Amino acid sequence: MMDGIAIAEGIFRATPQPTLIGGRDRASGRVVFPCPADPDRWEPVDLPRRGTLWSWTVQRFRPKSPPYAGPEAFEPFALGYVELPGAVIVESRLAGIDDFGQLRIGMEMELRLVPFARNAQGEDILIYAFAPMREV
Amino acid sequence: MQDVFIIGIGIHPFGRTDALSGLQQGAYATRQALADAGLDWRDMQFGFGGSDAAGNADSIVNELGLTGLPFINVKNGCATGGSALIGAWQAIASGQYDVGVAIGFDKHPRGAFNALPAEYGLPDWYGEAGFMVTTQFFAIKLQRYMALHGITPATLGRVAEKSFRNAVHADHAWRRSPVDLDTILNSQMISDPLTKYMFCSPAEGGVALILASAKKARELGRDRVRIKSAVVRTRPPGSFEVFAPSIDIERGGAPTLLASKAAFEMAGIGPEDIDLAQLQDTESGAEVMHMAENGFCKDGEQEEWLANGWTDIDGRLPVNTDGGCIACGEPIGASGLRQVYENALQLRGLGGGRQVPGDPRTAYSHVYGAPGISGVTILER
Repeated sequence: MMDGIAIAEGIFRATPQPTLIGGRDRASGRVVFPCPADPDRWEPVDLPRRGTLWSWTVQRFRPKSPPYAGPEAFEPFALGYVELPGAVIVESRLAGIDDFGQLRIGMEMELRLVPFARNAQGEDILIYAFAPMREV
Repeated sequence: MQDVFIIGIGIHPFGRTDALSGLQQGAYATRQALADAGLDWRDMQFGFGGSDAAGNADSIVNELGLTGLPFINVKNGCATGGSALIGAWQAIASGQYDVGVAIGFDKHPRGAFNALPAEYGLPDWYGEAGFMVTTQFFAIKLQRYMALHGITPATLGRVAEKSFRNAVHADHAWRRSPVDLDTILNSQMISDPLTKYMFCSPAEGGVALILASAKKARELGRDRVRIKSAVVRTRPPGSFEVFAPSIDIERGGAPTLLASKAAFEMAGIGPEDIDLAQLQDTESGAEVMHMAENGFCKDGEQEEWLANGWTDIDGRLPVNTDGGCIACGEPIGASGLRQVYENALQLRGLGGGRQVPGDPRTAYSHVYGAPGISGVTILER
């Protein structure tokens, strides 16, 4: 398990096998991410940890701050949507990619927590990301 | 419902005009439209207008005259101009008024649009993490579309190349120099697969349209360009829109599909009857995808269309004849009305070096924007 502070409360569990927390509409069963803050309507659910890449791009320039809170020194990062079977398609950073040219729609991916920035106390701020499944 | 005609058109050139506020650019366009119609501001029985980031449109009475006219402010994202047009159209079609004005203007800071999560009902972390960037959405939607339908980067490049080529002949366009295909394809990658020259930029500008009833238009001898339909639609379930932390696995429709269908039904014609079209081209892939979403070709056929120049000025369906958003830039509140301005100009045969040949009779315009809104108008001569 990675040490650090979650970028926000209630969007993932920082357990050794990290998990995203979605919301299930109690009436329709529709699943969304993150879980909206209306407990009468939405029930928190753990989302599948593995899925397939639905689409992707690379953020090549530093987004404007605010709202972006990443480090001043900017490194391009990949992001996209990952389809979690039977649940929902989530937007996520993509990690564990040496070369953006490796990204392929349909590739299998799994959830990780990765350091995103440092806070004033020098602690890592963690964000969720999907990375290609490691060859076994 | 009564027929409604566009009897006067005016535009302040798009791009950067440091000396004038957005509102002043709207007033400039309105004066031009009034002169075009042979009318005076005092003749306006009502107005609808808006901007996204340049203030309240009704302040325009300070510029144009305190005549006491009713003026409704419109703020509807990328469909602001289109919505102002619908308001004005309904006001006349209903028989309530004979003549009025629809105005759209804007003035944005340089660089990408700077959206904040709270404005979209999203948590702060979504913006902190770097997801609050519109270019990402367009690139992601396009990346999947290209993979599913065999669209190549060369096609994206050809769209932008055409935009710059058309804009050479458009006085109101911002970027009026041709850019060759290699330069477009090899320019800085912004958000894969889209390069710098494939994107539009936030800009400034103003557009005004004077609308009139059939009776009034005939009286003035300006009953040439008729509004056949004007619709706005929001998103259906399962659509994919900007700023979405998650989307449904069961994919659904798109606001453009709804707006296009409704507009064709209202006009009583189909895509095959359209002589030219202005399609939302926030980036060149958007134009490609919107060709299919609006019914002008099937998914994947854009490869052939662009390779054969079928969307060129002299092609089978000229698209974005003034260079679109890519060459004109995107002042959000004015962009949709620019399309209608260009269509009205083309139907009057006043397109100059970019005039669509063959005496076009029907023209289609389509805007799309956050958070999943689409507006379509069809004009007929």
